[in-house]
Amino acid sequence: MVRGYAGKFLEVDLSSGGVKDVTFSDDILRNFVGGRGLATKILWDRLGNRWEEIDPLGPENIFLVLTGPLTGIYPGSRICISGKSPQSNGIIGSTLSGEFGNELKCAGYDGVIVTGRAEKPVYLFITDDNAEIRSAEHVWGKEAPETIRILTKEGLELLKRARPGAEKVKEPAIIYCGPAGENRVRTAAVMQKISHAAGYGGYGAVMGSKKLKAIVVKGRKPLPSVASPETVKILLREVERQLLERDRLRRWGTGYGGYEVGARQSSEPVRNWQEEWHDEKRFGGPKFDFRYWVKRYWSDFNCPVACMKIAVIKTGPYKGAITDNPDYEMQAYLGPNLGIFDPDKCIYLSALIDYLGFSGINGGNTLAFAAELYQRGILTKEDLGFELNWGDVEAFERLARMIVKREGIGDILAEGTYRAALKISEMKGVDVTKYAVHVKGVEVGAHGTRSGLDFNPIGYACSPQCGDHTSGVYDAYNDMRMVFFDSAVVCSMCGSPLIWDFYRAVTGWDLTDADWCRVLGRRIAHIQRAVLLLGGPDVFWKPEIHDDNPPRFYEPLPSGPYKGKTTDRKTFEDMRKQYYEAIGWDERGIPKSSVLKELGLEDVDKILDKVRKQ
Amino acid sequence: MAMSGRRETILWIARDYLKCTGCRRCEIACSLFHEGWIWPEASRIRVFMLVPGIEIPHFCSQCHDYPCVSACPVKALSVDERTGAVIVDREKCTGCGVCIRECPGNIPFLHPSDGKAVICDLCSGEPQCVKVCQEAKFNALWVVREDKTGWGSYNRKLFAQPPEEITKDIAINLYGEKGEEWV
Repeated sequence: MVRGYAGKFLEVDLSSGGVKDVTFSDDILRNFVGGRGLATKILWDRLGNRWEEIDPLGPENIFLVLTGPLTGIYPGSRICISGKSPQSNGIIGSTLSGEFGNELKCAGYDGVIVTGRAEKPVYLFITDDNAEIRSAEHVWGKEAPETIRILTKEGLELLKRARPGAEKVKEPAIIYCGPAGENRVRTAAVMQKISHAAGYGGYGAVMGSKKLKAIVVKGRKPLPSVASPETVKILLREVERQLLERDRLRRWGTGYGGYEVGARQSSEPVRNWQEEWHDEKRFGGPKFDFRYWVKRYWSDFNCPVACMKIAVIKTGPYKGAITDNPDYEMQAYLGPNLGIFDPDKCIYLSALIDYLGFSGINGGNTLAFAAELYQRGILTKEDLGFELNWGDVEAFERLARMIVKREGIGDILAEGTYRAALKISEMKGVDVTKYAVHVKGVEVGAHGTRSGLDFNPIGYACSPQCGDHTSGVYDAYNDMRMVFFDSAVVCSMCGSPLIWDFYRAVTGWDLTDADWCRVLGRRIAHIQRAVLLLGGPDVFWKPEIHDDNPPRFYEPLPSGPYKGKTTDRKTFEDMRKQYYEAIGWDERGIPKSSVLKELGLEDVDKILDKVRKQ
Repeated sequence: MAMSGRRETILWIARDYLKCTGCRRCEIACSLFHEGWIWPEASRIRVFMLVPGIEIPHFCSQCHDYPCVSACPVKALSVDERTGAVIVDREKCTGCGVCIRECPGNIPFLHPSDGKAVICDLCSGEPQCVKVCQEAKFNALWVVREDKTGWGSYNRKLFAQPPEEITKDIAINLYGEKGEEWV
């Protein structure tokens, strides 16, 4: 019996309405673990031989919601969302925190595999060893608060039916897509609670394309049993002790970044990355802390760190906005990058974006891209229907709503920054791709490379997760640990060197840091690389062109203490070459036959032949 | 304030819902102690989150008159003299649910495995939930000495409310008018 796992996965075919249990061999679980790793295995086995033809927003794509053996047991419970990404056309492991993962395991499932497409909107309701497809017509089109309210109430009523009497039943956990996902906006997130988002990858749109509004789960069993419970208990105490020492992260979360990353590091996006420096002290961490935070420590299941904080606007025109933190990424992307330096406006927009199920990073990036085109006179008032000036929060709200509903220009911008850039270039007869700050279709995180104090030059360019700031690469060894967090499915903010001991005590299987970084993690990264190179059906990537930073990252910084500095192309190219060698790719960036064979990926090697011949 | 005679006290876990982070490590600590493994649904303290961000740790309030104890038809419930906790005799309990109905907060629940009543027993005087909450400096839970029957003892019963009632107040406290829309 496998330890740490519930032992089965739920597979739902929305086209036929069929629901069944599936299992994976111990060998597969041992090698691919769960989450991102297992996603690559499932997707490759099922779609690998005709990857280029699969439309991420078509019924053939597979929507995956996966836990890992450490989920719920190790601090920082998360869930990993995956499938063929409508952003990169590859595979992104996109994780979000909350109770969904532990509830799912307590219900007896390690994950949910969703195929096909429903005729009408549906949601899944999962309880102990049982799942049901239910109508979601009454929540379709609803924003986050109403979706949560209705599904929580309905879930409680259903649970109550099974347990009559005065007893109070606890609410189920819910993941859902907002209106953005329903309308297949490629920058739509999969959401949990009000503000927890899996944005990278655009899997909210995959949910929407399947007419799957939500998955609701309540488990009543204990978490799965582990190989060495006493050791796990000791390790849990020790990891907690380590995490409790992260006092700065605990006290302020990443919410100090909105000022610090710009003012000190010059690596914060400002006005669509035209600048990376600002010294707007009114956008400082203490301001958020003093004025807005009603909960200074906000967590999800099994997390002692509590890097989230709840911000509420209590007065003024934006009164009533509720969101978390906002964390650094939201501060940056819904603040300075839109020319907004007023915390009120940033919090308001952050809450709005969440309620629409729009990804704050990816969608926020597209909003700024549109504003730069307006600044340059490429997009006009006639195109938009209104003026789109930096800092104008009402205009950005209007544009966000147009994108989410795919109205007017919003229909083009709903394709994400890169695809929109291609269309607008064609429409306007000018190349606007140079203003698109993305890597392989994934809008980049809010950490720049130009000042040299933040992300390294190949961090995004060579990452299988593309623009994802949580999984930047550098040496093809140490960066593999991020793949482990996403595969064991725990929060990387709760990382500890004890995680390998933890894994062994939970599963009873041997695994060392070196095994992972050299073999298992690398194998997963290679499958991710292979599908990126296959790409399609609408856009394809060539490493010599697309294993690169956005053009903007090579423009000199125009302001601040690092004025004039930029990403050095020679350094970048040397590093990229070293990275290819270190990970086992040829000079064109294609995984070498010998390396793939060594990793046991003969089938991947065979299919990559067509890429090699191009 | 009646101050005559020796002040008889019990242990009581004071709760500050505004400070609950929702980490649910109290549920983990409780189930590890009582069940030997992580089992949120069997934890004597259960964190309800009926509204996102409004987390309510729900557990016994030790009413001065212990309505659950007097209502139990099979006398499976008793009060621990030293701590004041309600102790469930699992041999006697039939899982009839009368204690849940009689509790002003419907706090007890039936164990997911054997269907018998589950009530906080204060871990015989060293509540594990408080320990983990305090370690993390969250201070949503801490132990206070309460008069068994004297000043403040009636107040304890007021804490025994259904989670949805507590949620309404806390939502307004944290979210203001917006909190009304949520509940």
